[in-house]
Parts: sequence; C-alpha cells; structure tokens
Amino acid sequence: MNCKGVIRELSDYLDGDLRLAEKQELERHLEDCEDCKMVVNQTRLTVEVFCDREQVELPGDVKSRLHEALQRKIKPQGI
Amino acid sequence: MLCAAIMEKKASIRPFAGPREPLSAPNPHRLPSTVARDDEHLLVAAAKRGDAAAFEELVNRYEGKIFRLTMNITRNREDAEDAMQDAFLKSYAHLKDFQEDSRFYTWLVRIAANEALMRLRKRRPNQFSLDEPIEGDEDLMPRELEDWGPSPEQRFAQTEMREILNEVIDKLEPDFRVVFVLRDIEELSTEETASTLGISIPAVKSRLLRARLKLRQKLNHYFRQGGAN
Repeated sequence: MNCKGVIRELSDYLDGDLRLAEKQELERHLEDCEDCKMVVNQTRLTVEVFCDREQVELPGDVKSRLHEALQRKIKPQGI
Repeated sequence: MLCAAIMEKKASIRPFAGPREPLSAPNPHRLPSTVARDDEHLLVAAAKRGDAAAFEELVNRYEGKIFRLTMNITRNREDAEDAMQDAFLKSYAHLKDFQEDSRFYTWLVRIAANEALMRLRKRRPNQFSLDEPIEGDEDLMPRELEDWGPSPEQRFAQTEMREILNEVIDKLEPDFRVVFVLRDIEELSTEETASTLGISIPAVKSRLLRARLKLRQKLNHYFRQGGAN
C-alpha cells in the first residue's frame, strides 16, 4: 500500500472497518512512513477533540421558549 | 461510531508510534452511544401511553444535544432554535409512528437533522447541495504536515478550545459538515446518515473522509508546535 492508498482507506481504518489483511498492509506502511503516521494520528485526534466537546447547556431563553411551545401542544391534548 | 469507541477506549489508545510499540489499531467495536440510557424505552412507552411528563423528560434529556446538532448544521442561532423546536414538536406528533427499531434518540436526531437541513437549504440555496457527486482522483494527501507535539489539545483552555472548534467547523463546507456532524458527533451509522441525507453510502464515506481531512488541516493551524500565528 502506498501513501495514496493509506489516505483513501483512512476513514475505514479509523472506524475499524478494514479487513484484517488491508489493516495489516496499512499498518506496515505506517511503520515506514512518518508522513502517513502523522496524518493518521492527527486525523484520529481531530475526531477525538470534537467528541470531547462538553455537553451543551441550552441557553435559558431558548429553553423557556421550547418548553412553552411544548406545553401549548402537550398539555391541552395529551399524547 | 468512532466517537463512542474513542471515548470508551481513550485511556488505552496511544498514537501510532512505530514497530517497537504495539500497533494502536482503532477500536473496531460498535459501542452503544454514550447518550444511551437504560430507561429510554420505558420513557418512550410511557409517552406513547399519554404520559406528558415522560415526554418532557425525554426533551430535558436531549434538548442540549439536539440544539448542538441543529447549531452545527445551520450555524445560525435562530434557525437552530426553530429547527430544534419543530423537531421536538414533530417527534411528539408522530410518536405513535415510532416503531422502536432504533433508539428514540437516533430517530429524534434524524428528524432534527432534516429540520436543520431544510433551513440551511433555504438560507444558502446556492451553497449547499448534497446532490453533487464527489468523485474524482484529486490528490487528498495533506500538504501541511507539521508536528502537533504531545497532547496539543491540552495546550488550550476549555473556552479557547471551544472557540477553535466552532471556528473550524464553521468554515467547513456545509455538505461536508453535515456528514461529519451526523457520523462523528451524533454517531449515526453510515447507513443511517445516508438515509437521513438521502445520499448513497459511498457518498457518505467520501464526504466523511474529506471532512475529517479538511478539519485536520484547519486544526493544524492551531495545533502545530508554536500554535496559531
């Protein structure tokens, strides 16, 4: 596998969707290619930092308007 | 699902370091979403029976995440709020149609994503289209390769990091952004993402790869040794 192949398979590799033989071939390439190793590790970290974003607290005014709208719908009719 | 896997295995994942270290293969397991809670189906069942408090509990549980989703797609607060509100109202109105063949949260995400996409299309009719095929052999090999050093994300305070992430995702083209948001932040499967967006599975994969590479490149500006200029 060459560098182009690593980039093409990068998402499937990170998602664990590569077949074993392809995965091993890709990892053999990474052992010798610093550039691809950097891309793989940095792309994984890119996903990771977005995963790590803290839970969004709904702004108070947005929350009030949402629950007022729901009250109007839910309370009079029931589900 | 990479997100859930990353969070689960974070402590044990190490960067690919070379032959002397064990290979840090990505975690292939498909773990349940981190928002899953055991009682979700009980709340849904109660809400279907007319228990308004149960539905409100579902809203309280997911409103923050749904607002984040609609904000991430629309990048406009007014649209995001409208999309979120309509998503909850529609989920309430159609709750009896929910077959429970997926998690309620996943079903809700799909409704909210569609509400947000509708508003995005209206606001940016010429800038957003998922119909365009993304094919071709353009060279995807990143050009800007610079060392990020160990734990680059720890160099930033939480608020600063939040600003950076908001800025880079804001600059990502919408047709890449929506796929990244649904797959990597909301943890929909490739199939669910394709179905939600009405595009093929190869199109989802293609856009996700490009989205991840583009975001990596944008973060490079901040994470490289020495930081942003």
